[in-house]
Amino acid sequence: MIDWGFIFEQSLAQAVDFNAIAFVLAAMGLNVHFGYAGLLNFGQIGFVAMGAYGFGLTVTLWGIESVFVAVVIGLLFTVAFSLILGIPTLRLRADYLAIVTIAAAEIVRLVARSTPMRNITRGAEGLNEFIDPFRSLNPFNPSGVYGFGPFQYRGQQVFVILVGWALVAICLLVVWQLMRSPWGRVVKAIREDEDAARALGKNAYWYKLQALMLGGALGGLAGMILAVGNATVQPDFYAAAQTFLFWLVLILGGVGRVWSPVVGAVIYWVLVTFIRNLGRQLVAAGMVPTSVMDTSQVDQIQFWIVGAALALLMVFRPQGIFGSREEMALDAR
Amino acid sequence: MPADASPHPLDGVAWEPGVSKPDPILVVDNMHRAFGGLVAVDVEHVEVQRGLITALIGPNGAGKTTFFNLLTGFDKPDSGHSVFDGGSIDNPSPHRLAQQGMVRTFQLTKALTKLSVMENMKLGAKHQAGERFLKSLFTPLWRPQEQEIEKRADVLLSRFKLDHMRDEYAGTLSGGQRKLLEMARSLMAEPTLVMLDEPMAGVNPALTQSLLDHVKSLRDEGITVMFVEHDMDVVRDISDWVVVMAEGRIIAEGPPESIGKNQTVIDAYLGTHHDAPLDLEPEPEVAPEARAEQGEEE
Repeated sequence: MIDWGFIFEQSLAQAVDFNAIAFVLAAMGLNVHFGYAGLLNFGQIGFVAMGAYGFGLTVTLWGIESVFVAVVIGLLFTVAFSLILGIPTLRLRADYLAIVTIAAAEIVRLVARSTPMRNITRGAEGLNEFIDPFRSLNPFNPSGVYGFGPFQYRGQQVFVILVGWALVAICLLVVWQLMRSPWGRVVKAIREDEDAARALGKNAYWYKLQALMLGGALGGLAGMILAVGNATVQPDFYAAAQTFLFWLVLILGGVGRVWSPVVGAVIYWVLVTFIRNLGRQLVAAGMVPTSVMDTSQVDQIQFWIVGAALALLMVFRPQGIFGSREEMALDAR
Repeated sequence: MPADASPHPLDGVAWEPGVSKPDPILVVDNMHRAFGGLVAVDVEHVEVQRGLITALIGPNGAGKTTFFNLLTGFDKPDSGHSVFDGGSIDNPSPHRLAQQGMVRTFQLTKALTKLSVMENMKLGAKHQAGERFLKSLFTPLWRPQEQEIEKRADVLLSRFKLDHMRDEYAGTLSGGQRKLLEMARSLMAEPTLVMLDEPMAGVNPALTQSLLDHVKSLRDEGITVMFVEHDMDVVRDISDWVVVMAEGRIIAEGPPESIGKNQTVIDAYLGTHHDAPLDLEPEPEVAPEARAEQGEEE
């Protein structure tokens, strides 16, 4: 028999867990890049990795046992990454940034896992001993269980989740405020037509660089949430394919809307967890013959279904959940 | 063409290319730009008189738009030098020139389609505190200025008869309305020199007259206007001075009445031997027409 209660419980629990939070933040960064400033970033996972490594290395390499310093250094890593990517490419056409980001994200992963870097990044093994300063701030009992209904978490988890959603709330507020301010107006104008903005006295290059840094920093925060949630930083987790899941989340929610990363990420995690658990149970209950699918194949098939769902979304609601069709139609003119 | 009743500021100025003028706002020297082997712009010297409407005309491929791009910083000259409003601009960037008061529009109108008409207007205003990242985070630091800018934008919008579209997406405007919006938006930057790249291109005849009136009203406010145009009727109607380019060079200058009679200009547009009869074919029809037009002016 299929345990529907368990499947729904698992799905809802994933909707608020740290993975979803990290996806919200990373997609929010992409939203700043693409949705508001029109920058094509296909290497957001590189920014996420920079945040995670900056946070972890502060403790493991430099031995600074302070969460605050670790966050600052993590953000500085993403800013440096933005400058390295942005300074040479943002004067050029939009596609140059796209090409450079996708390569740079892979470079980050490959350098971090390389043998010569083992003394610093611990190679493929990753960083593992940086979590204590964060956990020492935890006001919850690590062995206790907190929550209600389907949302039951252990003390360490609950701390990450609360810190994470608080961070999401602050970032939402910042993005919302920025995008209704004259700064946001300039950035959106650059998205629409860079030359028009320049002809009106706006330094488009500098604004694009600022937007790249802001979105990259949001990606870096996602990396830090992943680092403290997993209590480890594994280089191979930060593979290029992750970036496209962030894109999926953003498009699902609707490009250029403040709330879309939140809704997109939650829907994505509920959907994926639901399909995976349902698939596993169907196979376990013998309702799907193993000649069609076995348990180890469920994880692949879940992405087929997510992909098909996205394709349907593009057909029937190309603007995403929050986007405006009217606004989209303007592009066609 | 009826002559102006008041004495014209350029009355004593000779009708020759590169002539110096009493009060130039823009002076260009030895500006050169080549694309590979093709010399697009090779201007020795030209001056634009302050407070007047100067037309830049020339046959297709004369280098007008390239010259425009060089002047406004959207392209970099291989060599050359220009002085705008007394300040030398050797390596100009568009945004810096715009901040100094030289604002341009584009041949293909650049309405920012997914911003509202009002947002388009507000973008034009200079020195906005809220455009700085940190200040933008605190609304009280930019709200008063924003309201002031909005008031100014409302005045301009009603003057350009766009006030009913105030809160619509700029993408919903018609082609002519976009031209109006672009002109109104550039006025938000409080320019001293407005550079219009083919302001009448793609505008229906009904709107042309209203656009022309707006351009003239810029001059009446003391703003210098320089524009590229193909339509000779428009040039004759509104310009005070005409600069003619061909093959990258300035080949003639003078008041609009003088240009149609200028043999160099006629040759540039129609070819050097355009009126020589061909051996086998009848005389091309365009030449007599052009001559008839000149006759009308005289």
